[in-house]
Amino acid sequence: MTEFFAMGGYAVFLWPAYLVTLIAIVANVLIARRAHDGAKQEARRRFDLEDEGSTT
Amino acid sequence: MNWTWFHRLGSPPHIYRIAGTLTPWFAWPAGLLIAAALYGGLVLAPPDYQQGEGFRILYVHAPSAWLAVMIYGVMASAAAVGLIWRMKVAHAVAASCAGVGAWFTAVSLLTGMLWGKPMWGTYWVWDPRLTAQLILLFLYLGYMGLRAGIDDLGRADKASAVLAIVGVVNIPIIRYSVEWWNSIHQAPSVMKMDRPSMPFDMLAPLLMMLLGFTLYFAAVMLVRLRAEILRRERTASWIREVLR
Repeated sequence: MTEFFAMGGYAVFLWPAYLVTLIAIVANVLIARRAHDGAKQEARRRFDLEDEGSTT
Repeated sequence: MNWTWFHRLGSPPHIYRIAGTLTPWFAWPAGLLIAAALYGGLVLAPPDYQQGEGFRILYVHAPSAWLAVMIYGVMASAAAVGLIWRMKVAHAVAASCAGVGAWFTAVSLLTGMLWGKPMWGTYWVWDPRLTAQLILLFLYLGYMGLRAGIDDLGRADKASAVLAIVGVVNIPIIRYSVEWWNSIHQAPSVMKMDRPSMPFDMLAPLLMMLLGFTLYFAAVMLVRLRAEILRRERTASWIREVLR
């Protein structure tokens, strides 16, 4: 196991490279979801405001 | 000829719905492929005869670099369709590509630097391939900056589309830089006309990564596209139905 993580001496380059990639993969999922959720919320708020405006 | 499909293709509620349905069909295979390729690349693949275990950076570097270039192609094509046929959804697709493309261009540069240090002895050289890839990052950032800087959506779409299309000249430069110039960057190992220069154990995880990353991009882009469509259509009544 230790041998695996040592990666033949390349550990200091290899694992940061994998970490950077992992961060990008996770971050882009979160960014996309947040954008979609945010857009949905904003639309809901706007419709609520419109409905209030039309009833009063 | 029946053009209904073309109009449906450009209809925001239709695209919004389709994008939602398709997303998991891209996301799950992407996750499985990347997980399997991770095991194949880190554990099963034999060490390289020259680079030892260090070559395994390939399995994150090559797919990121592929995404960087491929996403630009999708973005510029969508921008062109938006300009030529005045299809707003196409502009929305282009806009949904840029952020993801910029991220993976940055990842390809960073993983390349981390690979360059042990193999070339330096993190960075002003090599044609590396320089062209850095320009690609600036093109993405310029595209995003241009869109953010123009309030009028129609004008932002047009101006950014022109930038995206002009930037396409950079793509063949990236692709052929290692052949045209005496580059420090190694020649491609997979996309060669003759036989790939890799044993199967090494090649299979790479191909799975390439496919996995491509499907991953499709899933992320579709979610961004849904957000983009909602923001553009703000007042449309179909959104009410969808959000119920």
